Amino acid sequence: MTIEINSEKVFSRTEGLCDVRQHYCPGCSHGIVHRLVGETLVELGVLERTVGVCPVGCAVFAYDYFNCDMLEASHGRAPAVATGVKRAVPDAIVFTYQGDGDLASIGMAEIVHAAARSENITVIFINNAIYGMTGGQMAPTTLLGQVSSTSPLGRDPKRTGFPIRVSELLATLDGATYITRQTVNNPKEVLATKKALAKAFTTQIEGKGFSLVEILCTCPTWLGRSPKESMTWIDEKMREVYPLGVVVDRTETR
Amino acid sequence: MSKRQLMKGNEAICKAAMDAGCSCFFGYPITPQNQVPEYLSALMPAAGRVFLQAESEVAAINMVYGAASTGVRVMTSSSSPGVSLKQEGISYIATAELPAVIVNVQRGGPGLGNIAPAQGDYFQATRGGGHGDYRTMVLAPASVQEMYQFTRDAFDLAEKYRNPVLILADAILGQMMEPVEITQPPIPVPPPLPWGTRGTRKGSRTTVNTLLINPVDLEEINIRLQEKYARMAEEDLRWVEDIPVGAELLFVAYGSSARICQSTIDMLAERGIIAGLFRPQTLYPFPYAALKAAAQKVQKVLVVELSAGQMVEDVRLAIEGTRPVEFYGRTGGSVFTPDEVADAAQRVMGK
Amino acid sequence: MPKVIIDSEKCKACQLCIEFCPQKCLGIGEELNSRGFHPAAVLKPENCTGCRICALMCPDVCIEVYRDSKKAVV
Repeated sequence: MTIEINSEKVFSRTEGLCDVRQHYCPGCSHGIVHRLVGETLVELGVLERTVGVCPVGCAVFAYDYFNCDMLEASHGRAPAVATGVKRAVPDAIVFTYQGDGDLASIGMAEIVHAAARSENITVIFINNAIYGMTGGQMAPTTLLGQVSSTSPLGRDPKRTGFPIRVSELLATLDGATYITRQTVNNPKEVLATKKALAKAFTTQIEGKGFSLVEILCTCPTWLGRSPKESMTWIDEKMREVYPLGVVVDRTETR
Repeated sequence: MSKRQLMKGNEAICKAAMDAGCSCFFGYPITPQNQVPEYLSALMPAAGRVFLQAESEVAAINMVYGAASTGVRVMTSSSSPGVSLKQEGISYIATAELPAVIVNVQRGGPGLGNIAPAQGDYFQATRGGGHGDYRTMVLAPASVQEMYQFTRDAFDLAEKYRNPVLILADAILGQMMEPVEITQPPIPVPPPLPWGTRGTRKGSRTTVNTLLINPVDLEEINIRLQEKYARMAEEDLRWVEDIPVGAELLFVAYGSSARICQSTIDMLAERGIIAGLFRPQTLYPFPYAALKAAAQKVQKVLVVELSAGQMVEDVRLAIEGTRPVEFYGRTGGSVFTPDEVADAAQRVMGK
Repeated sequence: MPKVIIDSEKCKACQLCIEFCPQKCLGIGEELNSRGFHPAAVLKPENCTGCRICALMCPDVCIEVYRDSKKAVV
């Protein structure tokens, strides 16, 4: 008996992503999450019936990156746009991909009501505690003391209140079926996030209602740190304000 | 087949939407159009179609954008302040070249205003309303019959031009009851348009997007939109004119103002003034050439609006100084009587 | 032998792959790509176990990973 050794490709770009260069800054977490979403849609066999809604923010160009039908929404309104798509095409798999400014500032009404209605969509919420695209302004999720271009002395709760824990906020709504908070700052967490995305999309596929995956991400540019140091910052600073893990899971009772 | 039914204006809009195969309605409560979401909240689910009361007018117009992207017929309705909220969304819909029907049952303004009838949103409707060089096609019904017919036509026009179409009504038209004769059979929900975002399973990948970072690309879109609007003006202008022989005065009015002017014309005949009426039915595109031609038959033009004077600017543009153009109006939801309009006409004619 | 291929044109030199590689196979290469980045490169290919951690952490999907697959042939 002989053993034949072949070289087998065990990792390559998923069909869920278009073969184009992405514009994100070096080390930006968007790229990792885009890839995980693309892989998940392919592995669940739903890419062909997926419609994605991208935000206003750094991911505004995501319509060029995800290899499915894509809609560009106005700032904050992606959950409403997604609702329009899902109600019109109930067997489409509809996701929104939103940053913290888009979702938790201007879009707060839309996300709350989509969750309250248990809209059968999946929301991917990129929480990097800053407004990236427009120049590093303070966001609803910016940490206390964090310096930004509109909180140059650091976020002061007396002036601008406290960061919003979106996942916990939405979990109080009975309509929220599955909400979890993840991160992508090391390989173990990247794999855990992928599992969470699969569970979220499966929630939608099974018609069980609203799912949201909040992902703690980095913006190395406005944090002013290297990509690796920014990943460390998530462990050192973000996780104590935004704890990881499943926030609510009502999939069993739907 | 023809059926005469007594209907409320808002109800006629709903019936027309159902008969036109409208798939989805997204709305929000605001007086004086509340019957529209209320009736549709019963009619649409019963017919297997989509009704959703959104969390705001902003959310509603974005739901329209989402549903319109999938290639189905979709409508929203609101009244003046709510239509202000929709402007960004309408700009997106127009730029993405999506069909959609928007109904504005105008109320007193500006500000929160009141729930009385007004025509203060003419600028908002015809000048784009939102940002950028887009235009919305505007139809102005003046009867419950036209509330029905124009709403039905709006779906076809929206698809023909891949553009939002706005029905500009007012609180009188929304609330009044008149007989409606429906001669056009209803159609079932049509199949979705082939380019709609329903997934790549349809054979191609569709992206609906209004961000064009390269100014040259965005200019191309703008040029295409302007060509579209020029075609609208060639092919789908609508107006009605009734100018008796010997007419000295031409009323120009739309919607409820035009109805009041019709009563005024009878009154003026008794007072020795012969007047005609030019009633635009499309406010965008506006029947400039036809109005100029009509004005040549009279001595003076009197524009009558429930506003401080908005359409009067288009009338002046149309007439190009060939006749004197005067204005009479009331604002804030106050509605002039035929007597008041007749008095104004007499002042204008110096009689 | 397991190996990793990095698309040096797509690479933005964020160095996440370098930092996270457990075998320290990767480093900044000598060359410059057309965008002015010094892309990551496989400096010690003999250390590679094909664990694909580099590919998991790469935001730009620049990395392909190959492993040996053994098949018994009778």
